[in-house]
Amino acid sequence: MHRIFSAVIVLATIVFVCAPVFIAWAPYESTMGLVQKIFYFHLPSWAAMFVAAFVCGIASAVFLFRGRLISDRIAVASAELVVVFGLIGLVSGPLWARKAWGVWWQWDARLTMALVLWMIFIAYLLLREYGGPGSEKLAAGVAIFGMANVPFVYWSVNVWRTIHPTTNVVPTLVPGMRGPLWWSLVGFLLLYGLAMMARVRLETQRATLDRIYRDLND
Amino acid sequence: MKRFFTVALLIMRKDLRVETRSRELFLTTLFFSVSTVLVFAFGFVRDGRPVENAVAGILWIAIAFAGTLALGRTFERERYHDVLKALLLAPVDRPAIYVGKLLSILALLGAVEVVIVPLVALLFQAPLFREPILAILLFSLGTLGFCAVGTLFGAMLVRARSRDVLLPVLLYPITIPVIIAGVRGTAALLQPEVDVAMIRAWIGMLVFFDVVFITLSLWTFEPVMTE
Amino acid sequence: MISNGTLCWLKGDVVKVTVRRLAVLCLLLSLCIGVIETSAEEFGAQSMQSSQQDEFVPIDQLDVEDQLPAAPLLVVAYAFAWVAMFVYLWSIWRRLARVERELASLANRTSDR
Repeated sequence: MHRIFSAVIVLATIVFVCAPVFIAWAPYESTMGLVQKIFYFHLPSWAAMFVAAFVCGIASAVFLFRGRLISDRIAVASAELVVVFGLIGLVSGPLWARKAWGVWWQWDARLTMALVLWMIFIAYLLLREYGGPGSEKLAAGVAIFGMANVPFVYWSVNVWRTIHPTTNVVPTLVPGMRGPLWWSLVGFLLLYGLAMMARVRLETQRATLDRIYRDLND
Repeated sequence: MKRFFTVALLIMRKDLRVETRSRELFLTTLFFSVSTVLVFAFGFVRDGRPVENAVAGILWIAIAFAGTLALGRTFERERYHDVLKALLLAPVDRPAIYVGKLLSILALLGAVEVVIVPLVALLFQAPLFREPILAILLFSLGTLGFCAVGTLFGAMLVRARSRDVLLPVLLYPITIPVIIAGVRGTAALLQPEVDVAMIRAWIGMLVFFDVVFITLSLWTFEPVMTE
Repeated sequence: MISNGTLCWLKGDVVKVTVRRLAVLCLLLSLCIGVIETSAEEFGAQSMQSSQQDEFVPIDQLDVEDQLPAAPLLVVAYAFAWVAMFVYLWSIWRRLARVERELASLANRTSDR
């Protein structure tokens, strides 16, 4: 376990150290210029957030219907990472949007869906923190409902309007931009894996500690 | 299957009987929703006329707030008398308990809406009933979606700490599609030319929402309510 | 606590029930998405024409005064991403260190006994 962890740290460090260099070398986008380079962090952070949300949903379902404790630990770790990566995306997005679109925020489908998903996982963490004993199962239910909600929020807001770049951004990218994008994407996913391993270990150690205290009291 | 519905209807009748004797929840929720409408009206009325689209928003926010209150109070009542624990101990299908509670809360909120919706139409001169069937479908399906998620979360939180504040914290993000559909559908009803296609689209989405979330609630009710 | 309504959770039954439920859920969601996509096209087309012209202004058509310098925004965005990840990883490391210290002290206490 420690070897995998160390290997991932080294890999992630290399990726993140080289990333600014590659991003600086990438060609400028024609209409947006320099500020478009936020994209190399913005898109991968959203991608990592969605991976984390997906993992949390699956782990919650497994925990709820099979009762496996490791699934619960994976779920809570992933939920925290949804909030962290979501926060990075929600800060970098408006900074880019202010320059590129002239507004800080737009109520279009993708932004609103991302915001709602982020809030659902904050609610998940609040429930776990303040719900008292037994809130793990309740939170698992919330995570499952949150995941099922995503297509509905997307459709509802989509019927209003959309100003966000369309989904086929990646295939239409100039070849010089694809390299740094995939590099950053790999970096963020490695970071996700790293944080997951550390966080799940924390939960496991906490559970061990609780068990020891319970046994000592008995 | 028959037993499932018998149990659900028994639970609904139990709740309705308690409610008709005291009328506590109905009256307090009704008065609360009228106050909410007033507060929002003062916020959004300009020169004696409501801001465009404000009526739809005000109505659905009042329904959402009243619904949260009703859910909280219903389950508080259950918790106080340990009724939910007794129901869970009974030799019945757990999902039947969920359906029974859902039907009783739906009946309560429906009764409140029967008063509040025409009242809002009156106060704001909003022609909500030009297409009565579509209007009724929109309100019932929206309320059903809200109650479906709310009943599960309310039941889930009965044993949790900070349940009063956690219920809206959990409920509102998940029921955002319902609120959007309700508000936009109502706004389409209030257009000078009723936009029937738009209302049908929102009703379609609400049907899907209700089906998916009632199914999910039926599946997750048992594992979530048991230790 | 015996309940007449509880299924007998033999391993095979659990798998079948789970698979069936997943299949129903996937079917429902794909139906939703199908309807969503077909109906969204009509509404998307109508709304896009009206709203895209309202708020989106290509940057070279803005007045010179409205053009913000890009570098500070870029720097803040990247800095925030780094700081957020660093703070989070540091918080995990701190909590983990505390728990492991406590575990070690408990191990010492029980071995001393």
